[in-house]
Amino acid sequence: MVLARREVDPGADRGGERFRPGRGADARRPAGRATATRLALMAVPFVFFVLFFAYPVAMIVGRGLREGGSWQFGQVGEVLTDPDLLHVLWFTGWQAAASTALTLLIALPGAYVFARFEFPGKGLLRAVVTVPFVLPTVVVGSAFLALVGRGGLLDDLWGVRLDTSVWAILLAHVFFNYAVVVRTVGGLWSALDPRQEEAARVLGAGRFAAWRRVTLPALAPAVAAAALMVFLFTFTSFGIVQILGGPRFATLEVEIYRQTADFLDLPTAAVLTLVQFAAVLGLLALHAWTVRRRESALKLVDASRTARRPRGAGQWALLASTLVVIAVLLVLPLVVLVERSFAGPDGHGLVFYRALQAAAGADSTFTVPPLTALWNSLAYAVAATAIAVVVGGLAAAALTRRGGRLVRGFDALLMLPLGVSAVTVGFGFLISLDEPPLDLRASWWLVPLAQALVGVPFVVRTMLPVLRAVDGRLREAAAVLGATPWQVWREVDLPLVRRALLIAAGFAFAVSLGEFGATVFIASPDRPTLPVAVARLLGRAGELNYGQAMALSTILMVVCAGALLALERVRTDRTGEF
Amino acid sequence: MTDDRTDGPLLRLAGLTVRFGAHAALDTVDLDVAEHETVCVLGPSGSGKSTLLRVIAGLQQADAGEVVLDGRNLRTVPTHRRGVGLMFQDHQLFPQRDVAGNVAFGLRMRGAARAEQERKVAELLDLVGLPGAQRRAVGSLSGGEQQRVALARALAPSPRLLMLDEPLGQLDRGLRERLVVELRRLFGELGTTVLAVTHDQGEAFALADRVVVMRDGRIAQTGTPLEVWQRPADEFVARFLGFDNVVPATVTGEAADTPWGKVPVPDGTAEGACRLLVRPAGVRLVPAREGLPCTVAARTFRGTHVSLRLRPAAGPELDAACALAAAPEVGERVGAAFVAEDVVVLPAGN
Repeated sequence: MVLARREVDPGADRGGERFRPGRGADARRPAGRATATRLALMAVPFVFFVLFFAYPVAMIVGRGLREGGSWQFGQVGEVLTDPDLLHVLWFTGWQAAASTALTLLIALPGAYVFARFEFPGKGLLRAVVTVPFVLPTVVVGSAFLALVGRGGLLDDLWGVRLDTSVWAILLAHVFFNYAVVVRTVGGLWSALDPRQEEAARVLGAGRFAAWRRVTLPALAPAVAAAALMVFLFTFTSFGIVQILGGPRFATLEVEIYRQTADFLDLPTAAVLTLVQFAAVLGLLALHAWTVRRRESALKLVDASRTARRPRGAGQWALLASTLVVIAVLLVLPLVVLVERSFAGPDGHGLVFYRALQAAAGADSTFTVPPLTALWNSLAYAVAATAIAVVVGGLAAAALTRRGGRLVRGFDALLMLPLGVSAVTVGFGFLISLDEPPLDLRASWWLVPLAQALVGVPFVVRTMLPVLRAVDGRLREAAAVLGATPWQVWREVDLPLVRRALLIAAGFAFAVSLGEFGATVFIASPDRPTLPVAVARLLGRAGELNYGQAMALSTILMVVCAGALLALERVRTDRTGEF
Repeated sequence: MTDDRTDGPLLRLAGLTVRFGAHAALDTVDLDVAEHETVCVLGPSGSGKSTLLRVIAGLQQADAGEVVLDGRNLRTVPTHRRGVGLMFQDHQLFPQRDVAGNVAFGLRMRGAARAEQERKVAELLDLVGLPGAQRRAVGSLSGGEQQRVALARALAPSPRLLMLDEPLGQLDRGLRERLVVELRRLFGELGTTVLAVTHDQGEAFALADRVVVMRDGRIAQTGTPLEVWQRPADEFVARFLGFDNVVPATVTGEAADTPWGKVPVPDGTAEGACRLLVRPAGVRLVPAREGLPCTVAARTFRGTHVSLRLRPAAGPELDAACALAAAPEVGERVGAAFVAEDVVVLPAGN
């Protein structure tokens, strides 16, 4: 048995039990020291967020709503009563809810399969599942257009077209967010002790009842975290809706982009940014309220010991259906994408790939060969991951011990970048970080900083449930044996959350590679990232540009898959001691 | 640590109080533990004994009172600098480390050299009867083996005071009895000062030089196991030790008036109202008309003796112990006579 929490306990002190020695213990430590430690841990993330998030966003909102030194709030009422914008708001909300529900419905069985079943090629499949998440939204949009749009695969085969319906958007959102659920929920699920469910079965609960009564409540925080992430992503969806939605469907983010980039209507964009911000705040409050009521210390075990080969027809059927879903929903669009990157004007070949290496000509889209975007992207993503892991790791460590309103507010603050328009953030960087002492416009670090902003919430959300599930008495045992608080963290928490940390780092790396909305504003012309390069190519007419975009996307996909596979490898090697 | 302590106790608790809301888990507890002494705190669930250990370890803040170890007040000393050992109730071995990693943990935290760690680990594993177990995963250990590893881990940094929380709580009976003997020998050899808490009187009596009985956060009685066993301080302690033959009584001369009739009391007992405990061994079976007439209500074979539940015509039921050969059957009518040596006078009221 690992990490045993006692189940039968004749001699427990009632006083101790009532106050949950495992978790409550720290709360009763000398209060001053605990608070000081926590504040110290929060300092770095806090400064990071104030400088690189709150300040730029406040600046751009101020720029939109201030005129001649006074606030123009009349604009707010005007924008909010516009029926067109109300329609945008309504659509944004319901498509996000529908996308989230659909994603959970399709991906939760997948999370179970990845957590509990052992089968050949699992590591590869796990990486494959994560690839869509890191693709630039514009590429996903194009891939789905190629799949379900006019002249697409389904149109060719059966004359089915979905690009005029909302289904194309919803399916693309599932494609995108499948990994969020599988990784966030599956990560915790794989560490849950199956014997808890067995105990419920022995006590007379049916298979489903045992799952619902024992496993589901334990998973609830992770499910809620995943659902919130999916909802925020789809609520602020940009590239996909822009391409698949056509003129009929627009989310707030798309509208903000239109108002900013197309009409230069900063006041309207500022109001919409605030509306989106308010909606996200509401969601986060709801999330915090539900999670606070459900989180509990869990019994975690070595993940490698909970997975086994499927047994019986039911389990094989579940595995098979999951594989079919992955094949149709996740792999097929990618295959179409790859196929297109090779489909040159004179049959299949490497035409587009060769074009990528060509030095920039006078009429070229770029001042550098497009392929250099690959190295830019990798370097940016590594730096962004490092920042996100440090900032997010510190934040998660500070939040491990539940606290009062201050701590919960900090928790919510860390989630805000997911809900605030990336377009706004990128534009805000440009207009706010341009004066000494913070003149970063020419700095290489501007891009990784913006990308890390989106990575931090992932790190926090992935690590926090696992950190909180670590049995507090293990920390106490270490302290009694002479470990300082820092040593306790290094010796007890870190080894138990190493897996979560790697998953978090993988996510941060992935979102940094795929980040588009902010990067497109701040990446300098001679240092484009892959998504920016793809978007620029797509924005130009001509088969060569489209083909090059597909080829570049394929390269990005391969890079991501490679990086993620390496991550899986690292993890497997270490499970021995975990 | 310089030897600045005088002849005072190694551990001194003075007025220790911990409140959880309105409930006092510890209520002005005073306790001294001398060097090399093994003290066992005995009490039912909720009596505050685990809280006591947590306060001494610094895992729980006391609302009032002091913990003085080796002449040093520990009020401002954080857990990791207190130099005490605590063996948790369910061991709390680190799942990600093997046996050696667990045992060496405290040494590593103190920056001990690797060779020193390895030497000490090997020595301790020998001591607890698990030689060569260094590389085993803690998940593969049986309950008893985990117990031994937890003990070795607590002993490794040579704590001034070793605390054990229900040390044998989860083990089966045979193993417990063996381990109690081993622990006793071990603590004697090492000269360790031990403070253990348990709800099991057998464990406490076998392990301890001195037993402290706790009730609702207060100390009800301290004494050697024999003293506590022979002279429970009050009805609570008596009942907690398993003695249920307690009745109200009024002492006059050499006997007391009880619901069971006249019961002889030891010489020199003060006259007046009191409670009276008759140990089961002090209830002797005689022919029905020679003593208190009773019906045998139940009979339980205990290995060395038979314990009987007797139902008298008047007064509460009473427990008796007798040899197997002499044991009556259920339903038989017998007489009960009382032996003064096994009668204990307890304070009235309470």
